[in-house]
Amino acid sequence: MSMALLLAISPEAIWSWIVEPLQLGFMIRALWVSSFVGVVCAVLSCYITLKGWSLMGDAVSHAVVPGVVVAYALGLPFSLGAFVFGFGATVAIGYVKAQTRLKEDAVIGVIFTGFFAFGLVLATKIPSNIDLFHILFGNVLGISQQDIIQTLIAGGLTLAIILFRRKDLLLFCFDPNHAKAIGLNTQLMYYTLLSVLALTIVTALQTAGIVLVVAMLVTPGSTAYLLSDRFDRMLLISVAVSVLSCLSGTYLSYHLDASTGGCIVVMMTLFFTVAMLFAPKYGIVTQKFLGGQGKRDARFPQA
Amino acid sequence: MTVITTPSDTYGIAVDNISVTYSNARLALYNANCYVEPGTITGLVGPNGGGKSTLFKSIMGFLSPSQGHVHIDGVSVERAQKQQLMAYVPQADEVDWNFPISVFDVVMMGRYGYMNMFRIPSRKDRRLVMESLERVGMSEFRNRQIGELSGGQKKRAFLARALAQAGKVILLDEPFTGVDVKTEKSIITLLMQLRDEGHTILVSTHDLSSISTFCDRVILLNQTILAAGTTEETFTEENLSMTFGGLPISSLSGKTNQSPDAHLANQPGHSFIQSEKANAQGIDV
Repeated sequence: MSMALLLAISPEAIWSWIVEPLQLGFMIRALWVSSFVGVVCAVLSCYITLKGWSLMGDAVSHAVVPGVVVAYALGLPFSLGAFVFGFGATVAIGYVKAQTRLKEDAVIGVIFTGFFAFGLVLATKIPSNIDLFHILFGNVLGISQQDIIQTLIAGGLTLAIILFRRKDLLLFCFDPNHAKAIGLNTQLMYYTLLSVLALTIVTALQTAGIVLVVAMLVTPGSTAYLLSDRFDRMLLISVAVSVLSCLSGTYLSYHLDASTGGCIVVMMTLFFTVAMLFAPKYGIVTQKFLGGQGKRDARFPQA
Repeated sequence: MTVITTPSDTYGIAVDNISVTYSNARLALYNANCYVEPGTITGLVGPNGGGKSTLFKSIMGFLSPSQGHVHIDGVSVERAQKQQLMAYVPQADEVDWNFPISVFDVVMMGRYGYMNMFRIPSRKDRRLVMESLERVGMSEFRNRQIGELSGGQKKRAFLARALAQAGKVILLDEPFTGVDVKTEKSIITLLMQLRDEGHTILVSTHDLSSISTFCDRVILLNQTILAAGTTEETFTEENLSMTFGGLPISSLSGKTNQSPDAHLANQPGHSFIQSEKANAQGIDV
C-alpha cells in the first residue's frame, strides 16, 4: 500500500508516508534510537576507515556473541558482556599477531570466527530467552527500555571519549611515529581506539545486529572520504549520511515491512554508490568527464 | 668515543652497542656504536637494506632494540621525546598522502606536545606554525590537502612540522628522494642554517653526490657501523667500497683505487673491519 502511495507522489501521500508511522510509539523510539546509533557509528567510522581497521570492526562485532549470551545467563547487562568479549578479542588478536609469524588478516579471521562459533554453541546450549536472530540482525523496532538505556550509555561514552581525544586519535591514525616522537603514549591511543570500537559495536548491536554493524562502521566514513579532503567536513558528511540513512531506512522498513537493519544499510550503500559515481572530485563518472583530474592516486600539483 | 665539550644548548646522540633482530629472525643491525656530534650535520650512508632505517627507528624509539641503548645528551630517548627534543621527518612512502588533512594541520601537529590534552592551539602555536611555513616557503600552500603537493613541497611541509616542534635533534630519512635539484639545494641551505643555530641533524641518504657539500660528518653503515668521523677523513672511496661492496679485509689492504661500483655485488662470506682501521686506511676521494 505504502509503496503505491509513494509512487503516486502527491504531497498528501508523502505527508502521510512520513507522519503515519509517527503515531506509533515504537516507531518514534526506533527512529531516534537508530539516529543516535547512526551518529555514534558515523563519528567513529571516520577514524576506522582512515586507520584501515574495517576488518577489525567486523572481528569485534562477531566476537561479542558469547559475551551477550554469558551476560544474559548471569543476569548482567548485555552490553557489559559484549564489551568484555569484544575488547578481549582485540587483545587476543594483538597478542597472537605479536607472538606468531602469521599475518594480521589471518589472525583476525581465526580469532573472531572462533569467538563467534563459541557464542553460537553457548546460545544453543544455555537456556535463555535470547533470540539469536535478534543478535545477528538487530531488532530496533522491538527495543526495550533497558536496552535503550544501555545503548545510550555506551554511545554517550563513545562520543565523549572521541570528543576529548579527537586530535590525538586523528594524529594516531595519520602518523603514529610522530605521535611517538613528541612523547605521546601511542600504546594508550591504540587501546583507546580499540575500546571505543568495541563500545560502538555495543551501541549498534540492537539496531543493526552484529552482521550488519560493520556496514554502519565503514560505509558512512567511506562515503564521506570520497566527498571531502578535510577531516572536519568528512566528519559532518559522515554523520549526515548516516543519520539520513537511519531515518529513511527505518521508515522504509516500516512501509515495506522489511528488516530495519537491512533497510538502513541498503540506504547507506545507496548513498555510497551515488558518492562513488558522482562525487565532485573523486567520483568515477565525474573523473571520466573531467579526464581523471581529481584522481586520488594520480594527483599532481597544479603549481 | 671522544670526549666533547658541548655548549649547553646542543644535543648529541649516543648509540651504545645496539642490535636489532626482526621477528622473521633477520638480524638488521648488530653492535652498532656511534656518536652523533652535537651541532653538526651528520650523513648516515649505506646500501638499501643496510640498516639505515632500523638505526633511525631505534634512535627515535619506534622500535626497541634487542640489545643496547640510545641516549640524547645523556637522557633516555623517551625523556628526550617528552621534552620535545626530537623531531623526525619521515620518508615519503611512510605517509598516507590521501589523508584528509591540510598542510597547516600537519605542521600544527608539531605543536601538539606543547599543548594541553585537548590540543587547542594558542596564539603562539599558530604564530610558530606560520613562521615555520614561511621559513620553508610553504605559506601559500598551507590550505592544500597534502596529496596536492609536489615531491619537494611534501618534504618541505614535513620539515616545517619539525621546525614548529622546535626539536634540538632532527632526523631526516631520505629527504632528497623524489625531490628536484632546486628543492634539494634549498633544503640543504635550511639544514645548514639550522645547524648554525645549534641543532643536531642526522640525515640518511643513498645520494652520495651531495654529501660532501653539506655533511660535516658521516657514518657509514652496513649491518653495523663501519666507519664514522669527519666527512674529509671518512667519506673515502675505500670506505665507500667497503660499505657498499662488503669486501673482505684482504682485498682492502691491496688495491684501493677501484670505483665503488665495481664491488656493488655482495660477496659471500664477507667480514667487516672496525671503523678505526677503516679510518686509518682512508684515502681522499
